[in-house]
Amino acid sequence: MSFWRVTAKRIGYGFLLLMSVLVLNFVLMSLAPGDIADTIAGEMGGADEQMLAEIRETYGLDQPFHVQLWRYLSRVFVLDLGFSYFYNTPVTTLILEKLPATLLLVFSAQIVAIISGVVLGVMAAKKPNGLFSLSVTLIALFGFAAPVFWTGILLIILFVSIFPLFPIGGIMDVTLAGSWWEHTLDVLHHLMLPMITLASIFVALYSRLARASMLEVLGADYIRTARAKGVPERSVMYRHALRNALAPVVTVAGLQFSAVISGAVVVETVFSWPGLGSLALHSILARDTPTIMGILFCSALVVVVFNILTDMTLRLLDPRIKSG
Amino acid sequence: MGETDKLTQSSQKTEANTAKVDHNFILSIANLVVEFKTRTDTVRVLDHVSFDISKGETLGIVGESGCGKSMTALSIMGLIPSPPGRLVSGSIKLGEKEITSLSAEQMRHIRGSEISMIFQEPMSSLNPVFTVGEQIAEAVRLHEKVSSKAAMSRAIEMLKAVDIPEPEVRAKAYPHELSGGMRQRVMIAIGLACRPRILIADEPTTALDATVQAQIFDLLGDLQRETDTAIVLITHDMGAIAELADNVAVMYAGRIVEQGPVEVILSNPQHPYTQGLIECVPHLEASPSTERKPLIEIPGVVPSLSDLGAGCAFAPRCANCFGHCLTNKPSLERGTSGHLVACHLYTEDHVNVHPTASPGTV
Repeated sequence: MSFWRVTAKRIGYGFLLLMSVLVLNFVLMSLAPGDIADTIAGEMGGADEQMLAEIRETYGLDQPFHVQLWRYLSRVFVLDLGFSYFYNTPVTTLILEKLPATLLLVFSAQIVAIISGVVLGVMAAKKPNGLFSLSVTLIALFGFAAPVFWTGILLIILFVSIFPLFPIGGIMDVTLAGSWWEHTLDVLHHLMLPMITLASIFVALYSRLARASMLEVLGADYIRTARAKGVPERSVMYRHALRNALAPVVTVAGLQFSAVISGAVVVETVFSWPGLGSLALHSILARDTPTIMGILFCSALVVVVFNILTDMTLRLLDPRIKSG
Repeated sequence: MGETDKLTQSSQKTEANTAKVDHNFILSIANLVVEFKTRTDTVRVLDHVSFDISKGETLGIVGESGCGKSMTALSIMGLIPSPPGRLVSGSIKLGEKEITSLSAEQMRHIRGSEISMIFQEPMSSLNPVFTVGEQIAEAVRLHEKVSSKAAMSRAIEMLKAVDIPEPEVRAKAYPHELSGGMRQRVMIAIGLACRPRILIADEPTTALDATVQAQIFDLLGDLQRETDTAIVLITHDMGAIAELADNVAVMYAGRIVEQGPVEVILSNPQHPYTQGLIECVPHLEASPSTERKPLIEIPGVVPSLSDLGAGCAFAPRCANCFGHCLTNKPSLERGTSGHLVACHLYTEDHVNVHPTASPGTV
């Protein structure tokens, strides 16, 4: 089956998956005790039964379950994720406002983690019993063991208090007046610490994985063939071995995308990064159901999209993977 | 083809061969010693291995697994895994050039261009993520300054030379799309792409089924006649030896125990181990009228290289073993038949120590 046909099939599956996520989210939220009417009533300082009923009617909460579900789904189709009673803004607007910051953080952390993880892993695999390999193992162990928020706080203490190199939080300096280039640099400057914090766990994971995978591939017969042909050692490593060793790393990196997003929630809170994570936290505390569901939908969308991209990458890496 | 036919044929081959041998060996190995360090001690995997090969000659190296055949090949290629392996002493001369003292980079230029190697496992010896055309072309581009287009057309030429049908189409195939025999042909194409002087074939047919084995051996023989490449054929298939080899070296526990022209070794084996190896070959010619002989095996297993005693390494499995064998290692000497053999049965010591045994009657 051709590459594009398989991809189209994958997109179809992804769409079905998203639909089920939507339904499941809706069911879970309806099962939770209390609804938005209670919250609004609470905000107003109490209300009687009639008032509650009016609120429910306004928001369609008095309708039977399947009618509510159908309304919700058909609205999502036109990218209307509902209205946030807490922020008094359409959820779509709210998410689109916060999504770029989160995507920036998640992407940069994931890319940094993959590249540095793979490079560290490959270098460690060259001499699996050497000092370098040992230190990569130690760094990985540290990365696994340290909780993200703790790493974040330590980095703040080190690079904000002791050596004031980076800003303590936020995404940009609002007082800064300058060209778009200076603004970009300012955002990157703010991005550094949260990105490193978020990447730290995944660097650990990917470097271990890349090391193990490289060690396995380097023992393969075709590596011996490459050496027997007179391929230079550098090219044996990066051309013949790495392309074969990348598959497990890419697979795990794709699966980890959801973990990166949930990690981002913590990191965003520590560094007051104005992304989806802090939005999610606040809306959960405020019981802002439409916003929570919107965020859940949005992260499901990102995860599904990245699983498809992972699949396509694997297919390009290894010609043996045919149709799925 | 009967055993006798094979022998006459190979003896003719050797006569032709001896005529052209003028001691211009293209590969001379002398007293090669390779050791491996383990956690507790050092193991000698090759112990004073010596042989010479001239242009267009095929040397068969036979022996059981673990006797040092593949290690000899890897030493010639400069590919001993190091650590733990180490070439301790000895010389490997490619023509006039001593290659044991070359740098890694110089050795890399020799691999694939002057000495090539094909391996046991065609199923896993090709890189799964590149097309076979790319893999042959890569070998060409590593050693010759040619454009990628020219390298690819050479790759297609090579595929044609190893009898792969539709070479233009197959060049774009990935290894997993080809059969085992096809893949071994591709390996041979890679090995011969730069027209090396020596091709080392390490059990090239072990993983293939019998009909394909014969095809591969025929192919190697044809290509050798066309290109005059010397072949080092590592195998435990005595049939392949009879068919392809000019000379044979029998290895046991890291040493050569018998060495000589193929027809002499096959018709008049001296070392009890060689005799055992030849007796292990099943005979098909048994008809209902003649009695079928039971298949004879060599009792015991190859000893662990880390606890070889002072005596002959084969002594524990040898029917002709006598006192002297347990205390002294026999050296490789010219025996009564005129070829080299390392066995006390054929030395004067034996006659002195053990006068009743008559050599050769085993």
